Amino acid sequence: MNVTALSLPVVMPELILSLGALALILIGALRGERSVWLVTELAVALLGVALAVVVFDKRTEGVTFYGAFTNDGFARFMKALALIGSLTSLLLSLDFLRHHRYGGFEFPILMVLSTIGMMMLISASDFIALYLGLELMSLSLYVVAAYRRDDMRSSEAGLKYFVLGALSSGMLLYGMSLMYGFSGTVNFKGVAEALSGHAPVGVVFGLVFIIAGLAFKISAVPFHMWTPDVYEGAPTPVTTFFASAPKMAAMAVIVRIMLTAFPHISTEWRQIVTFVSIASMALGSFAAIGQTNIKRLMAYSSIGHMGFALVGVAAGSVEGAQGVALYMAIYLVMTLGTFAGVLSMRRNGEYVETIADLAGLSRTNPSMAFFLAAMMFSLAGVPPLGGFFAKFYVFAAAMNAGLYGLAVIGVLLSAVGAFYYLRIVKIMYFDEAAQPFDAPKTTQRIVLGLSSAVLILGVFVPAPLTSAALAAAKSLF
Amino acid sequence: MSGNWVLSALLILPVVGAILIGLLRGESKETLQNARYIALWTTIIVFLLSLYAWSQFDPAKPGFQLVEQSNWFSSVILYKLGVDGISMPFVLLTTFLMPFCILASWRSIQTRVKSYFIAFLLLETLMIGVFEALDLLLFYVFFEGGLIPMFLIIGVWGGKRRVYAAFKFFLYTLTGSLLMLLGVMAMYWTAHTSDITVLLHTHFSPTMQFWLWLAFFASFAVKMPMWPVHTWLPDAHVEAPTAGSVILAGILLKMGGYGFLRFSLPMFPDASVYFAPMVFALSVIAIIYTSLVALVQEDMKKLIAYSSVAHMGFVTMGIFSGNTQGVQGAVFQMVSHGLVSGALFLCVGVVYDRLHTREIAAYGGLVKRMPRYAVAFLVFTLANVGLPGTSGFVGEFLTLIGAFQANTWVAFFATTGVIFSAAYALYLYRRVIFGALEKPTLLTIQDVTFREQVILVPLLLLTVFFGVHPQPILNASAASVELLLQGVQHAAAAVRTAGL
Repeated sequence: MNVTALSLPVVMPELILSLGALALILIGALRGERSVWLVTELAVALLGVALAVVVFDKRTEGVTFYGAFTNDGFARFMKALALIGSLTSLLLSLDFLRHHRYGGFEFPILMVLSTIGMMMLISASDFIALYLGLELMSLSLYVVAAYRRDDMRSSEAGLKYFVLGALSSGMLLYGMSLMYGFSGTVNFKGVAEALSGHAPVGVVFGLVFIIAGLAFKISAVPFHMWTPDVYEGAPTPVTTFFASAPKMAAMAVIVRIMLTAFPHISTEWRQIVTFVSIASMALGSFAAIGQTNIKRLMAYSSIGHMGFALVGVAAGSVEGAQGVALYMAIYLVMTLGTFAGVLSMRRNGEYVETIADLAGLSRTNPSMAFFLAAMMFSLAGVPPLGGFFAKFYVFAAAMNAGLYGLAVIGVLLSAVGAFYYLRIVKIMYFDEAAQPFDAPKTTQRIVLGLSSAVLILGVFVPAPLTSAALAAAKSLF
Repeated sequence: MSGNWVLSALLILPVVGAILIGLLRGESKETLQNARYIALWTTIIVFLLSLYAWSQFDPAKPGFQLVEQSNWFSSVILYKLGVDGISMPFVLLTTFLMPFCILASWRSIQTRVKSYFIAFLLLETLMIGVFEALDLLLFYVFFEGGLIPMFLIIGVWGGKRRVYAAFKFFLYTLTGSLLMLLGVMAMYWTAHTSDITVLLHTHFSPTMQFWLWLAFFASFAVKMPMWPVHTWLPDAHVEAPTAGSVILAGILLKMGGYGFLRFSLPMFPDASVYFAPMVFALSVIAIIYTSLVALVQEDMKKLIAYSSVAHMGFVTMGIFSGNTQGVQGAVFQMVSHGLVSGALFLCVGVVYDRLHTREIAAYGGLVKRMPRYAVAFLVFTLANVGLPGTSGFVGEFLTLIGAFQANTWVAFFATTGVIFSAAYALYLYRRVIFGALEKPTLLTIQDVTFREQVILVPLLLLTVFFGVHPQPILNASAASVELLLQGVQHAAAAVRTAGL
């Protein structure tokens, strides 16, 4: 790949989104509140165009801005996931926003801006670009978390997220400055060259701070405390967004930074990542058991899943990176599908969100129950559903890298985790029927149906996804 | 793709049936009746097709036959199917038992009928797949995938404590299987393939065999189930609907034994020899202990469930005896137990459908009102005991001969288990069938209906037939068992010379 000083084609998708977002702000400012639906629809179209460019235009691959911005196969893969996440969350939010009359035109624009941040983050190949992307993403996220500003829980979620997010940014910056001090460069490749051979104590310190800052964004233990509260407090479509797109970006940057900036000190970071991974899997599995609110449960579930994805990072090999890419793709499908189901939980026009509300769903709405059950079995990692293959790839990579202890602990914890997913199946299938839900909206139905189809039928045609993930992983090495 | 299609057809047909049932709309009586008939005919056609496969199968050849391979899964999983003398009997057993399960559910399942038959048909595909898969990962997918329909069958259509039983069943099996999955991965990275035919000729280092054997053991021991991880079985059996119990006892338990025969013994021969004493000890404990536990059961299904654990003890003992008689006996015992325990659960189902209780104390003197039932129950009880002339005898006898060669004391203790099994089985029979007919609820009980006769008579005939003429199964498996044992006998010989 050729490094250029300035090459606009490489940043084409980001450029489209940025200019588009500015145009949307103008439209919103000029036409006021009347323009909400126009802005939303245009934002959807914008994300769709960006997705198409990312997926189909291979010419965008390259390195630019003096090596600060890399758009390689891995970046394109993860960007596509992040865009799918944003796009779907925005689509799912339409009915919810209409219902609650949060008719601000800022909402879709904030989501687009946040998505630009994610794409920047995914492509970042030096610390400055990383930080810029991270902050652009996070600042927009803080605002959307508190988007129901008249709602106590939502405001609390936004504030909590902001305070802890600022803390994590501080840690990240501190770690990056240490790295700069020891290597004399902010470029990932330069850092790798400077650190080949040995790792002084200061570098290990920096490493810890960087991992801590990034672990916060993927809500890995012990930096997960905000997750359950924010997931529960934020409006459901925002939770959907939180659980999907930013995770793709943050996980992508973790993979990239570990494999391109610190390949020579892998013994050091592997211990940290292994610990974080085990802690996340354990907490995700055990803490979710007692939950009654489905959004809170999904928060713990996502903590656990990030732990599983980190197993692939810990492997630190091509297989590991492929495993992470695949895991994130399948996690995205499962998350979007599950939240489409959660957003369909409405009685008499009101949204409900306790697990008990799902009681006997298999009688009142068999198809929704079936699809949600497919999601749960997939999240639990039972073959032949997609979730199994996601776990298979990361654990296979860990076994190949000789991380037997991590693999054994991981699979045992996934058996524990299976318990609470089964509990939801049990409530839907074994319990007496509660009052039926209102008919799900078309968008929710389509998203839920499509994601189930991917998870159930994916076993028959896995090749496109696995080979794309493999190509993405190879581009990192 | 080669000209073989029959194994794939066996996998696809039940799915087609399930889809057809899924397409039925409405809940009217006719629709439900249609669902039942679709399920019945699907399973019958699958059975006939498996007979065709059997006719194409040459028992004299030791290797895999009717092999199919396709690359459309690409990447890791290889879609490769085939059967040999060890898997063929189990495929037939599965397809043979399924129509009876459908018939047994004809009247007793009245809620969510369509979903029930869909779950059963999908389960059939997954079970057949386990025995046909020639790719380790494909095997795993089928092996694990079967948990989902079985979980729902126990949980939705089960008895009072169904939720507890379903969870216990699922989580026990899942935990064991996940450890096996790690073993599968390790094998994949060593051999760089998951093709079973290649793995059978791959030599793993003794240390690796040690760990791999344990990983696979974790899964198969739970599935079998062996003492002390058998506790899920009584619960699952008791709470499952009749047909669910039949499938559990008849086929799901056999997956454990099949796994030992397909993987542990031929792929890790050194470890198998090393661990054989442990397996013997666990088997003997299972035989004696669970037989004693069976003696004090008040619930008919629970009693049969514990007797299943004891009988599976004979199977593991036979498998790890490492000689022809033992292994052939184990295969035979598994097939025979599939028929006999399946039939016993069906017998319990017959009276359960009438009285809705499985308490032994609620019955007594049934012979006066239900003579035909008493005859059928007697034959199956005696087969369960292992009376000569029934299929139960052949399997137990062969496994005991095998164990005797390997270790006399093991055979000695296991034989006491035969006596215990006679005690609990006959005790059960006496309390249910004989005695005075005094319970008011029993005064009007009806003898077996035509449908129930259709279920019980073929099983009865086969039980007696295999008892006097076991050759079909023994011949079918002979060549494959010989091939399978080469590695183990080699390893055992090495240990013996090292010992001298």
